[in-house]
Amino acid sequence: MSAVYIARSREVAARMLGGEMMIMSARDSTLFSLNATAAAIWKAADGVTPLDEIVKQHVCAAFEVDPAVALPDAEELVQGLAQHGILKISNAPIEEAS
Amino acid sequence: MIAMIREMSNTAQRLNIPLGVQLDLTYRCNERCVHCYLDHDDHGEMSTAEIKDLLDQMAEAGVFFLTISGGEILMRRDFFEILEHARRLMFCVKLKTNAVMIHEAEADRIAALTMESVQISVYSHRAEVHDAITKLPGSLKKSMRGAKLLAERGVKVIFANVLMRENFGDYQGVQALAAEAGAEYTVDPTITPMMDGDRSILNLNIERAELEQVFRDASLLGMSSEEFCAPPAGPMDEEDAMNTLPCSAGHTACYVSPYGEVYPCVQFPLPTGNVRTTKFIDIWKHSPQMNEVRSITMADLPVCSTCSHGGGSCSRCPGLAYLEGNMRGPSSQDCEKSYARTGVETAGMKLRGTQPAAGLVQIQLAVPRPGLQYVASA
Repeated sequence: MSAVYIARSREVAARMLGGEMMIMSARDSTLFSLNATAAAIWKAADGVTPLDEIVKQHVCAAFEVDPAVALPDAEELVQGLAQHGILKISNAPIEEAS
Repeated sequence: MIAMIREMSNTAQRLNIPLGVQLDLTYRCNERCVHCYLDHDDHGEMSTAEIKDLLDQMAEAGVFFLTISGGEILMRRDFFEILEHARRLMFCVKLKTNAVMIHEAEADRIAALTMESVQISVYSHRAEVHDAITKLPGSLKKSMRGAKLLAERGVKVIFANVLMRENFGDYQGVQALAAEAGAEYTVDPTITPMMDGDRSILNLNIERAELEQVFRDASLLGMSSEEFCAPPAGPMDEEDAMNTLPCSAGHTACYVSPYGEVYPCVQFPLPTGNVRTTKFIDIWKHSPQMNEVRSITMADLPVCSTCSHGGGSCSRCPGLAYLEGNMRGPSSQDCEKSYARTGVETAGMKLRGTQPAAGLVQIQLAVPRPGLQYVASA
């Protein structure tokens, strides 16, 4: 399977609040709340680090989860976030990412 | 969505996080609105670097909702540098502007930076009325141009319609104008005192009968007028009063002036510190004044806690009460609104011997009303 790259959308507002990442789509004001694991992935979504590497570095290490378990969950998560326009997904590095 | 925002607010309050801040970049303005509460001279605005540093501090403190206002924000030549910095820090940004200086290039940049919304002050659908209020000839035409340019680019635009003597009869025209421009509409029937406490502009407030009309117009309420104007439910019970806060000012929100002064709210000019000498988070957490505001619950309001409107038909503003001399007292303007809404006197009105509020009573003096012709012909 080819590498998956993820980048935070620039069209959102985001802030950590009480251990959760609050994200608002600035386009339609939809509000999302990400738990600590999802927030770790979101924060690491720099457009150039592959998702499996992000999961290894920021999820498995921090939350003591096996990559084989964490990666499918992470893939499902990023697909969901991408559908709401708050994350971009690509099979190549995303150059315009912040 | 509303439940999530309420939950965010509860979390912020529990953790003492300033969730929302209004930052005024300047008090300078290209308009001279007759009802404006600001002194438009520049008494030493924060520099670009100071504002960017403040934004860094606010992001670190947990601020999420950032309202950038003025004065007219585009009077600052570094406006876009500041806005870009704010969005880089991922604030949810709302702009307040008169939009007079928004041309295609400005609209493109604002749209590209993705605002939560842009609120534009519009006073009338008739240029002669709007321009007489702003004292800037051609301002309605320019504001409309700016609004349309933004809306065409997908920016959420809100027309803010402050009602006063001069334009009371025109609000339906402004609603139609908003629809034409692809904008939302919000109304504010209250003229507030100047920040220095000068109350002379309160004589621009609409009359009680007009206020009653506003409160019975379902198109302005977002709910049925029967529900909105229902009789008061009686004073809040003691336990609820102990746990109910007067408003978000100082609890989850505050205001920063162009000079770095921090207040609980733009309408609550109680000095709590200055970010030029003290870190923003230290003012927020440790200012004695901020903590005093924060300590006040409904149960601490000697008059309002006994008022039959306390259960929900009052939108008491502690800032207006402060400007009347007692942040724990009633605000006569809000008492007037509660009365106009329900026809039932408030405890504050009874205490004053049922005298209508200063500022509102002045309207009933035998002085010809400038602008009355606008109302008559509407």
